[in-house]
Amino acid sequence: MGKTLAEKVWDDHVVVKGEDGAPDLLYIDLHLVHEVTSPQAFDGLRQAGRRMRRTDLTVATEDHNTPTLEIDKPIQDPTSRKQIETLRQNAAEFGVRIHSLGDKEQGIVHLVGPQLGLTLPGITVVCGDSHTSTHGAFGAMAFGIGTSEVEHVMATQTLPLKPFKTMAINVEGELRPGVTAKDIILAVIAKIGTGGGAGYVFEYRGSAIRSLSIEGRMTICNMSIEAGARAGMVAPDETTFAYVKDKPHAPKGADWDAALKYWKTLPTDDDAVFDAEISIDASELEPFVTWGTNPGQGASLSGEVPDPESFTDPTDRAAAERALEYMDLRPGTKLKDIPVDTVFIGSCTNARMEDLSAAADIIRGKQKADGVKVIVVPGSARVRLEAEAAGLDKVFTDFGAEWRFAGCSMCLGMNPDQLAPGERCASTSNRNFEGRQGKGGRTHLVSPLVAAATAIRGTLSSPWDLHADGSAPADFDGEARNVTAEELQIVDPQQQRLAEEV
Amino acid sequence: MEKIRTLTGPIVPLERSNVDTDQIIPAVFLKRVTKTGYEDALFHSWRQDPAFVLNQEPYRHGGVLVVGHDFGTGSSREHAVWALRDFGITAVLGPRFGEIFRGNAGKQGLLVGQITDESKEALWAVARANPGAEITVDLESRTAIADGVSHEFAIDDYTRWRLLEGLDDIALTLRDEAAITDFEARRPSWMPRTQPMREGTP
Repeated sequence: MGKTLAEKVWDDHVVVKGEDGAPDLLYIDLHLVHEVTSPQAFDGLRQAGRRMRRTDLTVATEDHNTPTLEIDKPIQDPTSRKQIETLRQNAAEFGVRIHSLGDKEQGIVHLVGPQLGLTLPGITVVCGDSHTSTHGAFGAMAFGIGTSEVEHVMATQTLPLKPFKTMAINVEGELRPGVTAKDIILAVIAKIGTGGGAGYVFEYRGSAIRSLSIEGRMTICNMSIEAGARAGMVAPDETTFAYVKDKPHAPKGADWDAALKYWKTLPTDDDAVFDAEISIDASELEPFVTWGTNPGQGASLSGEVPDPESFTDPTDRAAAERALEYMDLRPGTKLKDIPVDTVFIGSCTNARMEDLSAAADIIRGKQKADGVKVIVVPGSARVRLEAEAAGLDKVFTDFGAEWRFAGCSMCLGMNPDQLAPGERCASTSNRNFEGRQGKGGRTHLVSPLVAAATAIRGTLSSPWDLHADGSAPADFDGEARNVTAEELQIVDPQQQRLAEEV
Repeated sequence: MEKIRTLTGPIVPLERSNVDTDQIIPAVFLKRVTKTGYEDALFHSWRQDPAFVLNQEPYRHGGVLVVGHDFGTGSSREHAVWALRDFGITAVLGPRFGEIFRGNAGKQGLLVGQITDESKEALWAVARANPGAEITVDLESRTAIADGVSHEFAIDDYTRWRLLEGLDDIALTLRDEAAITDFEARRPSWMPRTQPMREGTP
């Protein structure tokens, strides 16, 4: 029997095969480090008198705590400043390469690896951050770990782990204009729920995935964790190779040829069998948005806020009731009638060049809605530079948006960029948990296109609502279609099996 | 790490599903560089409500947390485990957990056991009928006994063994250092290196 992509990468990294229920010892090729989940790990090394095994497979950056304004001034919050300073001291003491605030390679850790060419197909990548799944877009096995595991990797460059089960997410068909990678993954999560992927590594497959850019694939793999999966992967192909080639740390010369030969062996064999499989028809998808307080509580933007009574499962019903109370929403309200206070374009999900360009194309020459605050935060200093070279900063500022420095920003309430209690935000980030963007803040997860359209109209809006710019698909008549998640024609032959395992 | 065999304490019923790690401990408390002292941060937002379960006697000092499905989803923050531990939660029982959370708990000596939906409902019912009712979690036999009823829980063999023995993961792995060195000698030369630094374009 053939092997899946995930099994191939896993098998090629087993240092010691686990026997009698013991985990495999897995080698880690790339360890990404940031300020939040590392200080206690460095401390652990110090206390045990251990050295760091492979500083040459490790790189650090500052992202979660960093301000996105006045980055040349000292960080105001003393605890944030202390955490950043601690990372700098630890990097110096242990010999870890670091890209600090102000450095042109600084940025959200999940943008730094790919743009430096450190993230490659067929490697294992870990980081003390659940969105490490982003790097799976290259065909890498990439997953988030806790601080104890961060220390473990620092000391041994390995992790003891049981192999993940495999789930194929087949996405066939052509996306309609205005529908993006973000809408695919939000629809997937709405279908399988926040825990449906627990124990699995996803492999995103099918024509819709193949036709996405690497950046779009990163958006999808990034949010695998929101469906409970440890990792998400896409088989490397010509799109991947073209993206990687000539990046600073990508293999060169004979190494490139050897790598390419290996990478071409990685796609899942035709006779390989996945532990579970679901399918989704990309051509049926519409711009998607979340209405609740977990990423699985989403619906097509043309729909309505659901009635909790419509959920058959009592825990889902209770969760929906609680979510609507927190979100201050009434059942039956049209999603497009929901006004927002803030639009946030940023995060490791959607702050790459493609995302910023797509948003800029929607808003170019227009003005933002009155009273709506719009902040645009490039994911890395390099993205910021590239966007400025393309004149995008001007497009955003002319529109009335704020153009910020790189970092995690308003994705999580850890730096100065936060929602005030009760504020409502259309956000291109990845989590709509209670208080995620600031205590009492209310989050609707959206694509960069929906964020841009919402910034223009002031209420949750699809690019299809902006007829003048021609972004509506030819067959779209402008009438809102009330398609719910349940009607997306998602086929799920393995659902029974999943249910049994839970 | 302390060896664990049996744990006894009140059933602390957290009757909610999808409790993500942002709820267990909001990001604002992740700025600290220490590994202890997070008890005040646990469920910080919900604890502003005096009616919240952890604000009630006899739950103010911890016990065995019994939760709904998909507890500990989302962010990888190990602070969630530290906060539960610091508050006095010794074990968490529930139908399904976030994978990273469950892994983190195993590394920090917090017992996380998977129970059926029926067991969860039964334990919540026991706590409702008799607040403060005790539960005894036996790791050896993988059972939890409350109100005279025994509930099986699942925990993987390796984590169970490590918790029973109180073993340090890193020390265990370093026993295989020769195999790691061997593996490193076989790694292809195209594998990425972060050092020496290569200058970027543009």
